[in-house]
Amino acid sequence: MASNTQDAAHGAAESAPGMPQLDFSTFGNQIFWLAVALVAIYFILSRVALPRIAAVLAERQGTITNDLAAAEDLKAKAVEAENAYNKALADARAEAQRIAGETRAEIQADLNEAIAKADEQISAKAAESEKAIAEIKAGALESVKEVAADTAEALVAALGGKADAKAIAAAVAERTKG
Amino acid sequence: MGKLFFYVALALVLVSGVIFAPEHAGLAIHPMDQFEVSSYTSDNVSMFAITNVTVWLALAVAAVFALMVMGSSRRAIVPGRAQSIAELAYGFIYKMVEDVAGKDGVKFFPYIMTLFMFILMANFLGLIPGSFTTTSHIAVTAVLAALVFFTVTIVGFVKNGAGFLGLFWVSSAPLALRPILAVIELISYFVRPVSHSIRLAGNVMAGHAVLKVFAGFAAALGLFSFLPIFAITAVYALEVLVAFIQAYVFTILTCVYLKDALHPSH
Amino acid sequence: MEGDIAQLGQFIGAGLAAIGSGAAAIGVGHVAGNFLAGALRNPSAAAGQTATLFIGIAFAEALGIFSFLVALLLMFAV
Repeated sequence: MASNTQDAAHGAAESAPGMPQLDFSTFGNQIFWLAVALVAIYFILSRVALPRIAAVLAERQGTITNDLAAAEDLKAKAVEAENAYNKALADARAEAQRIAGETRAEIQADLNEAIAKADEQISAKAAESEKAIAEIKAGALESVKEVAADTAEALVAALGGKADAKAIAAAVAERTKG
Repeated sequence: MGKLFFYVALALVLVSGVIFAPEHAGLAIHPMDQFEVSSYTSDNVSMFAITNVTVWLALAVAAVFALMVMGSSRRAIVPGRAQSIAELAYGFIYKMVEDVAGKDGVKFFPYIMTLFMFILMANFLGLIPGSFTTTSHIAVTAVLAALVFFTVTIVGFVKNGAGFLGLFWVSSAPLALRPILAVIELISYFVRPVSHSIRLAGNVMAGHAVLKVFAGFAAALGLFSFLPIFAITAVYALEVLVAFIQAYVFTILTCVYLKDALHPSH
Repeated sequence: MEGDIAQLGQFIGAGLAAIGSGAAAIGVGHVAGNFLAGALRNPSAAAGQTATLFIGIAFAEALGIFSFLVALLLMFAV
């Protein structure tokens, strides 16, 4: 029936009737070789290919995980280094502050010392000067006494008296006291 | 450059159309001839004869071997081209099995991978001009679908016992409707292998037959043969897509059926 | 003569059965179009549903394949 249709449809006799897909005489052959092929592919895949690819993928996953962990590690290290750097910076700053303060204090101390020394020197000088002035004053008084005594002696002599040196000195001393 | 190439190709097609124009142009289209099974060793196709089916099945096995075994033989951490494709196929099917069939479906992964790789390679090999397409034969796809059907049914009963029949008893439906639904579900369950096999064979066969029909037009049209040749190019591109999609659909439906067997609750 | 009429019936039947392929095409287009409409509303959920899309297309297409099969059987096998 099938071949009749085919012949009528195409007007040409063909070697196989109708659809080759429906030619049941070839089914045994196809199914046999298909079974062989499927078994072959199954064993190729399940015994060799799939475990190998799974291993490669797992290995890659492991490598990626390790690399990520290493990167995480390095990142932590970088953060640590940054912290250390910041700490060092702060320390250095504090040290600088300290040194500056110390220096300032030292300078202040030096300065104070110098001022004190200067003050001392000044006061010493002042005392010296005072002493000198006092000496001069005393000298001057002495001179005044001398001059007064001399003048008094001369006056007494001029007035015709005989000047007693001792009495004159006492009188001068009495007068110049105040 | 592309434009120049296009014009040269067009000129070639036109010239060849003139030169090879048939003496008496007639439609002599035999779209089914390409599916013929012929034996190399004997006159009739006996069970163990070496046929073109044998050759192209062997080539499919060789292609799978070349891609999956030789491609991954370097075990490189940074994969080359062949290894990338092998890993892509592996990951693609593995994820599909895991997503669709569930975690406990993973132990069927080599089985599903076998189906996918075989259908994919057979479909692509069938697209080589002049080749024989093994997956265009109902005998081949019916065996594949029957394998899936029996595997799923046996796994379902082994895993769930009589509970597997709950697949047909839709407990979420009203009680009165359930027997009717059970009949429908039962029919649809047994139609599965039919649609599963005929979808693959039908798509591949129809595509190849269409190519042949257009080729017959091209032979008959003489000077204007470039029109069907462009159509052939377009259909061929579509067929490349179909070759992959049918392998994908066959595999994902296998996963869906497997999920029904492993978790039959509706 | 009788064979011719039977053949006529076969071919008409095959042609009618082929309409089913067109119906399946409508179904497949419906599935794909609705998927696209949904995917454009919520693109983030679309990627997880492509498998469902293909399963839906496969089921819609299966019925078209049946009519195709009927057409082929009428043409070549009956």
